[in-house]
Amino acid sequence: MTQAANPFDSRRDQFLAGARACLPVAISVAAYGLVWGVLARGAGLTLTEAVLMSGLVFAGSAQFVALDLWTATPATLPIGPIVISALIVNLRYLLLTATLRPLYPKKGLWRSALSMYLVTDENWAMTVAAMQRGGGSVAFLMGGGVLAWISWMSTNLIGYGLGSAIDDPARWGLDFAFTATFLALLLGMWKGRSDLVPWLVAALAAILTSRLLDGSWHILVGGLAGSLVGAALETRKHVRQS
Amino acid sequence: MFASPEALTAIIGMALVTIAIKASGLLLADRLPTQGFAAAWLRHIPGAVLAALVAPAIATGSPAELVAALATGLVFIATRNLFAAMASGVFAVYLMRLWLGA
Repeated sequence: MTQAANPFDSRRDQFLAGARACLPVAISVAAYGLVWGVLARGAGLTLTEAVLMSGLVFAGSAQFVALDLWTATPATLPIGPIVISALIVNLRYLLLTATLRPLYPKKGLWRSALSMYLVTDENWAMTVAAMQRGGGSVAFLMGGGVLAWISWMSTNLIGYGLGSAIDDPARWGLDFAFTATFLALLLGMWKGRSDLVPWLVAALAAILTSRLLDGSWHILVGGLAGSLVGAALETRKHVRQS
Repeated sequence: MFASPEALTAIIGMALVTIAIKASGLLLADRLPTQGFAAAWLRHIPGAVLAALVAPAIATGSPAELVAALATGLVFIATRNLFAAMASGVFAVYLMRLWLGA
């Protein structure tokens, strides 16, 4: 164990690097976390229920939708619709976690599947950006995930505790941190003009979908449309060249 | 300090479908061919998903958010620094909302 590349050291470094990379987006996670905490109390969740939902589900958009459907009296709680809408809102994760496959070893994937629990939009985006620069690892992904989990849980609790006494994060522009970071990440992924058409298709499909449907459908529809068009253009070019 | 059985059922159901979907993406990717169309498709997902994430927020944003998005993009292109880009976007949207009152 005297080699310079000690796997434990590099794993720890990767974990910390992943957490550091996610700091900018942890700010927007925290801003939304505060709002969710306030709304959860307003929707009639007990403190235990709020903690359990954030801790176990750990998926912001699905949790916001659940608050819309929540009722303070347990007897009228629409359990089926709440679970089904979580499923629908989270369908986009099929696309996200599929792109993380190269990080994992060829065999024993089933054991790794549980680590997908810590995947969020935020640490996924940071990790695929790192992968495109030739970096990224499972430890990097987990570092960002743990940071996101801590900032989500702690601000949920603060929001729940303080209730509507807290200031609206939008007043400080903090709600924009999410859009700003993802926009910068997108620009960082630009590899040339071949990206233009797929990105435009994704953007237009997402804008149209968001006008027609609530929730997170626009991410799934835009992501699918853009990536399929990109793949079609790329493979057609190869066929022509060969 | 309690959780009703109904709430507990709903929360556990939400947690199970969420982890099932997140894990399915990874497990299904294993079945895809590593060459040709499927591989090209996987390569194009990150850019397309990010474009789909930000486009509606910018398209439906107020003038304050449009200016802030422009500021974010310019700062990122100039500095290649993610944190600087995010911070200038947030600062720009704060100033513009103060100024425009929207």
